[in-house]
Amino acid sequence: MIGSILAWFTDPAHWSGEDGVPHRLFQHLWYTGATLLVAALVAIPLGLWIGHTGRARWLVSAANAVRAVPTLGLLLAASLWLGPHLQGDLAYVVPSIGVLAILAVPPLLAGTYAGIEAVDPAARDAAKGVGMSGRQVLWQVEVPNALPLVMSGVRSATLQVVATATIAAYPGLGGLGRFIIDGQAYGEYRTAAAGALLVAALAVALEGLLALVQRRVVSPGLRGAVGGSRNDDDADPAEMDPAAEPVDVRAHA
Amino acid sequence: MDWLASNWRTVIDLALSHLYLAGVPLVVGFVLAIPLGWVAKRWPRSYPSVVTTTGLLYTIPSLALFVVMPLILGTQILDPLNVVVAMSVYTVALLARTVADGLRSVPDHIEQAATAMGYKGIRRLFGVELPLAAPVIAAGLRVAAVSNVSIVSVASLVGASQLGDLLIDGYNRVIWGELLTGILATVALALVLDAVIVFGTRLVTPWLRAGAGA
Repeated sequence: MIGSILAWFTDPAHWSGEDGVPHRLFQHLWYTGATLLVAALVAIPLGLWIGHTGRARWLVSAANAVRAVPTLGLLLAASLWLGPHLQGDLAYVVPSIGVLAILAVPPLLAGTYAGIEAVDPAARDAAKGVGMSGRQVLWQVEVPNALPLVMSGVRSATLQVVATATIAAYPGLGGLGRFIIDGQAYGEYRTAAAGALLVAALAVALEGLLALVQRRVVSPGLRGAVGGSRNDDDADPAEMDPAAEPVDVRAHA
Repeated sequence: MDWLASNWRTVIDLALSHLYLAGVPLVVGFVLAIPLGWVAKRWPRSYPSVVTTTGLLYTIPSLALFVVMPLILGTQILDPLNVVVAMSVYTVALLARTVADGLRSVPDHIEQAATAMGYKGIRRLFGVELPLAAPVIAAGLRVAAVSNVSIVSVASLVGASQLGDLLIDGYNRVIWGELLTGILATVALALVLDAVIVFGTRLVTPWLRAGAGA
């Protein structure tokens, strides 16, 4: 079985054309990038505003409640609803991309909000005390301090979109999920397994890449809070654990 | 509604399989996460590697993991065991870190007091530390339960029968009643499981409400 999957990967026919690995990978990355950008443009400013002003917190809980809705159901309902009104490829692409963008919002919103919320009030007061304006406090104190949690939100959202885009191959979207869905449909397990390995590798690679980005953009002064206690004293674990708070930014599909 | 009225028996059967495919892995994953979380807390140097490894497992998209499982387990492609094992992997991945963080949230002086009273080893873990970590662990269990219920519906694409079948069938035959029933029944199941965990946590942590009752 492993041998036949290896043979699939070494067959040059699977590396060119519309149904080749490079084109499918490109599609998958394109869907992921485009939907994340749209979702980030909505969710990050909203999260900053909610975190900074403390208003409309219910939006965060509402977004989190979406977690219980099965992504497959959302994808199929959107395709069935919008599909007949659209022409050609758009009938498959538009509903799926819309759902992908919607699903990326909750982790981004929760991460941004929780990040701003978790900023040490003393740091905020000190910033006000030295005469910073509301805008300066937000951009020079709150945002840099919130970056670790914002980045967790970005990582969750990315994985959510990569995973959901795979499932969206069922109602007709392109991307690496095509190999899995078509392989299952034609009873070619090795095609499905090859697609699954590619999707898993893509998800792990993106996670690693984003972890590197996070290491670069987060201020070194904040890093101690992730690795453990700084002075070997008993650092409060609740302080560094997003899971212990009502807002959990991890998402999955 | 008409659709539901004439098919409610099927919905109940599918909901029970859904509960099995999401619930068994929740229990298995929780049981496996306890020793892992304990190791990560007992030897702080192992904490980052436990968190990173389980985090990477959680990264793998569900449809991909379901499809890869037969390669690892040597099972048939349509065997529901693939789904049970894959969901257990996700549950362990989520809960190992939660258990470690929960155990770390137990204050040092309480551990020392327990040791002084003669609690040690396993007995201290199950008698003192785990119960005190219950609120943190319960929060993680709720996330795992809700996301398990939601993810399991994807298993219809690899032939494991549960509420996701209603989504696929409703879509293919354009029966809106069936598709919407599938979505709502999945959400309802998630909420029920969530409520059971909240209620269970209240039962095992009576001291949290001891002062509030008066």
